[in-house]
Amino acid sequence: MDSIQEFSPQPSRLSKGLGTLGYLTLDTLADLGRMGLFLFFALIGLFKLPFRFGEVLKQLRFIGAGSIAVIVFTSLSTGMVLGLQGYNALNRFGADGMLGTIVALSLIMELGPTLTAIMVAGRAGSAMCAELGIMRISEQIDALDCMAIDPFRYLISPKFLAMVISVPLLTAVFDVVGIFGGYLVGVEMMGANSGAFMAGMAHNVTNADIRMGLVKSLFFGLLVAWICTGRGFFVHVNRGMGFGAESVSRATTQAVVFSSISVLISDYFLTSVLL
Amino acid sequence: MNSDHTAQAAAKGATEAAVRFVDVSKSFGRATRRNRVLQSATFSVPAGKTTVIAGGSGQGKSVTLKLILGLLKPDSGQILVFGHDIARLGFKALRELRMQFGVLFQGGALFDSLSVFENIALPLRERTELSEEEIRHKVESTLEQLGLAGHEDKFPAQLSGGMKKRVGLARALQLEPKLLLFDEPTTGLDPVMTQEIYELFSSTQKRLGYTAMIVSHDVPQIFKLADQIILLNKGELDTFTDAAQIVHSSKEPIREFARTVMGPGFTG
Repeated sequence: MDSIQEFSPQPSRLSKGLGTLGYLTLDTLADLGRMGLFLFFALIGLFKLPFRFGEVLKQLRFIGAGSIAVIVFTSLSTGMVLGLQGYNALNRFGADGMLGTIVALSLIMELGPTLTAIMVAGRAGSAMCAELGIMRISEQIDALDCMAIDPFRYLISPKFLAMVISVPLLTAVFDVVGIFGGYLVGVEMMGANSGAFMAGMAHNVTNADIRMGLVKSLFFGLLVAWICTGRGFFVHVNRGMGFGAESVSRATTQAVVFSSISVLISDYFLTSVLL
Repeated sequence: MNSDHTAQAAAKGATEAAVRFVDVSKSFGRATRRNRVLQSATFSVPAGKTTVIAGGSGQGKSVTLKLILGLLKPDSGQILVFGHDIARLGFKALRELRMQFGVLFQGGALFDSLSVFENIALPLRERTELSEEEIRHKVESTLEQLGLAGHEDKFPAQLSGGMKKRVGLARALQLEPKLLLFDEPTTGLDPVMTQEIYELFSSTQKRLGYTAMIVSHDVPQIFKLADQIILLNKGELDTFTDAAQIVHSSKEPIREFARTVMGPGFTG
């Protein structure tokens, strides 16, 4: 009996563990494949007619105009901190004339695009994800499919376009307000030279720096739109997400976390390519 | 097909089938925990008639509808809708075929952010070349017919369950479909509203001549509408031409279903 038990076909812990690892790998690959196809169809949807101009304007209002207050507060405080810290550090070496250059370059090349994308992901991306998730679980997206209406052209592509337009514009607002915040603290409060602040900025910030910020913000806009709409669109198929309202709430959290991490990681690679 | 009446029903349906399932199997889950929903299902849905799909919860009724709509793909077998194998159609061909479908989803699947009028006008705006004036006229006349006049500016969240179903039906009828699929059309409705919805089915079908497939728990009342009844039970599928055949089936599980669901005194 012992020998029979020894060779019984009961799976061992090791094989169970390997099986779970295999399923996890396959699920992850399937998810990546789905998201890849999703991006492809969303981009194709931009060129399909009839173009939903009204919906793009509505999304621009929501993502762009609606996020201005958040962006202004974030950028103002970021710029003020940069002004304060920059002045303190530079003053030690008597290099406070470089304050304008440092504030402007940090904001235009790094902080502007990155923080704008993260704030937009938190404010508008989460809402887009939740909206699509609810539409999915209440069969509204299936209904579109059944009415022979392409859900990508109808729902996803306008959000993509609005996001790709809004994020660079919001980044520009972030940069300007941030520089103003840096000037306010560095020059008005700490006493750095106003002329040196402005001249340093004008002399050292080149078109290439501004272009880098623009390319980054365009890329981040696309990234946030892709991840946030994709998590909502596939809320019903992603394993371990629960069902119904729970799945939507988890997908929304995941959308914001994934987009923020992706923005930060891709920022490094983009900088290394563009610099 | 498994029933003693299957051959008869199939012969009736085979004359002109809008939908035909040939040896269709569908299961869900991983290999180790596979839940087999349909097993070698074969049946035909006669064109211009009403077919009711009944069975207990989780027996694959809604899955059958989703297979017909092309929202799910079968593991094996063929699903022919108006002669097209729906699982093998490309995006464009599938979209063109779906132009002939009308679907009433279980919860109505109305677009929350659109008003009643915009919900009903959506397929017309997106899929036809009609002018805004023509669309307004068409939607208003449908609203009138379905007793929804005066509610066009309301949003789905402001409607009762019965009104949502009627708006869903109005939207499904806009493109004058050849095949209408109803997923639990009367769930959660009171008997009066249920009767109203049934009368709407009958009158619109007479007027438009579409093929109807109704998935319903409302047994035996729903059988009154049926030209064909499909019973799903543990992956097996039986076809009947009327409720009386179910009661007198040679299979004990079917008779058991009839006794439990339709009551011991039901004779069809």
